[in-house]
Amino acid sequence: MKRLLVANRGEIAVRIIRAARDLGIATVAVHSKADADALHTRLADAAVEIGPSPASKSYLVVDAILAAAKDSGADAVHPGYGFLSERAGFAAAVAGAGLTFVGPDASVIEKMGDKVAAREIARAAGVPTVPGTPGGVAGVDEALAAAEDVGYPVMLKAAAGGGGRGIRVVDDADALRTAFGQASQEAAKAFGDGTMYLERFVTHARHVEVQVLGDGSDAMHLLDRECSLQRRRQKMVEEAVAPGVSGDLRTRMTDASVALCREVGYRSAGTVEYLVDDDTGEFFFIEMNTRIQVEHPTTELVTGIDLVAEQLRIAAGEPLRFAQDDVVGRGHAIEFRVCAEDPANNFMPAPGDLGRVTLPAGPWVRCDTWAEPDGKVPPFYDSLLAKVIVWGADREEALRRSRRALAEFSVAGVPTTAGLFTELLDEEWFRAADFHTATLERWLADRGEST
Amino acid sequence: MPRHEVVSPIPGVFYRRPDPDSPPFVEDGGAVAADQAVGLVEVMKSFHQVAAGAEGTLVEFLVGDEDEVDAGQPVAVVETG
Repeated sequence: MKRLLVANRGEIAVRIIRAARDLGIATVAVHSKADADALHTRLADAAVEIGPSPASKSYLVVDAILAAAKDSGADAVHPGYGFLSERAGFAAAVAGAGLTFVGPDASVIEKMGDKVAAREIARAAGVPTVPGTPGGVAGVDEALAAAEDVGYPVMLKAAAGGGGRGIRVVDDADALRTAFGQASQEAAKAFGDGTMYLERFVTHARHVEVQVLGDGSDAMHLLDRECSLQRRRQKMVEEAVAPGVSGDLRTRMTDASVALCREVGYRSAGTVEYLVDDDTGEFFFIEMNTRIQVEHPTTELVTGIDLVAEQLRIAAGEPLRFAQDDVVGRGHAIEFRVCAEDPANNFMPAPGDLGRVTLPAGPWVRCDTWAEPDGKVPPFYDSLLAKVIVWGADREEALRRSRRALAEFSVAGVPTTAGLFTELLDEEWFRAADFHTATLERWLADRGEST
Repeated sequence: MPRHEVVSPIPGVFYRRPDPDSPPFVEDGGAVAADQAVGLVEVMKSFHQVAAGAEGTLVEFLVGDEDEVDAGQPVAVVETG
């Protein structure tokens, strides 16, 4: 690997260019019209304009990216996250053009991207999945029998539904008896199909994920991350390692993740996401992300391993450079995703012109960003402005340092979510790591009512 | 006839359809109610409807489907009364 094309923009493009440069690999940026003067465009050794500003006409156009790779003499392509990173067709097209795709094989991306196929692979590898009926249940009697096996509370879901529609949670057999017919009728009306299936409902769920690395024949884990603090399914704060996870649960989860990687011969960095039932200590496979994740720096700060550099080495054909015992979690890391959004106005995205930009730095503070003084926040892409990542010898120290780092963060010109995180640090439940996947949205709603 | 300009309150990409497989919110020359959506603006991966703002006939779109728009830019004209 001599020349790497980075098929992305923003902070992750900057991050990848830096890792490549650390390894002595030349870089090619691709950019839209709006990003002609962006940091990633200027930082790379070469840059190619691939289309107009909207992502659908630039960063998502496979042919334009392949043409840029050909014209610039690149021999490898890193997809970053988002955009084309989990499209099996893109990975196949890159390989088909004789280039190295920095990620798993297209066939693995495809399998893991298909929810049903991914769950089957998980089961085959002995990884627990959410208990439920494999398909629809024929009627209320079958539903009642299935619910006894699954365990209450159960979620009643319309087989033809989606996006959370047609879901009911019932606590016991009586409630199920009452709800079933009505839910089925509603589903028939709304989706033209009244088939219902059942799944265990986890009341106190944490979102915990395991970072993995594989080289195609061997696999290992790099511990876990806690990602429960989400708004509309977007993570806002992540930590490594997960504070609510016991040593025994961590062992079972990381073992399961490595088994899953071996099952598919996983190559590259990946993340196995789990739902952890805080009441029972059970964990269930949700999905596997076959790419680098936004929150990867938290893992880097506690393990000392550069995940993007490892992706590049593995893509270049090197075997894993670490034994599992080499991976030791040291201290605690927290990441805050600072977005150009207005928390006072329902998180309305806020593109615009930046003025002064002051980024936090100093001991054990990392800020991954593309933002620069007098730069522009374009309206065409996601609102992530910067990731503030903080390390501490323990969680307490990381929390204190977070306060310092977020107070230093200041950009003029657009509202950001940085101030909201300072408020979050004042909350006893956050300091005590006493939260679940629904906690942040409830806090935001309560906060909205009291102001 | 009084002309009312429909303005996009935010910058982004303007769409005339709720999704690629659906018909447009309003055809040229179609009748609109004041609170009726005439288009969608995508800003930073979130979508915001643009309402007509006045009852009448939508006589003209000033921007095309998937065109870039600025905050405060007129996107369509409604003839009222």
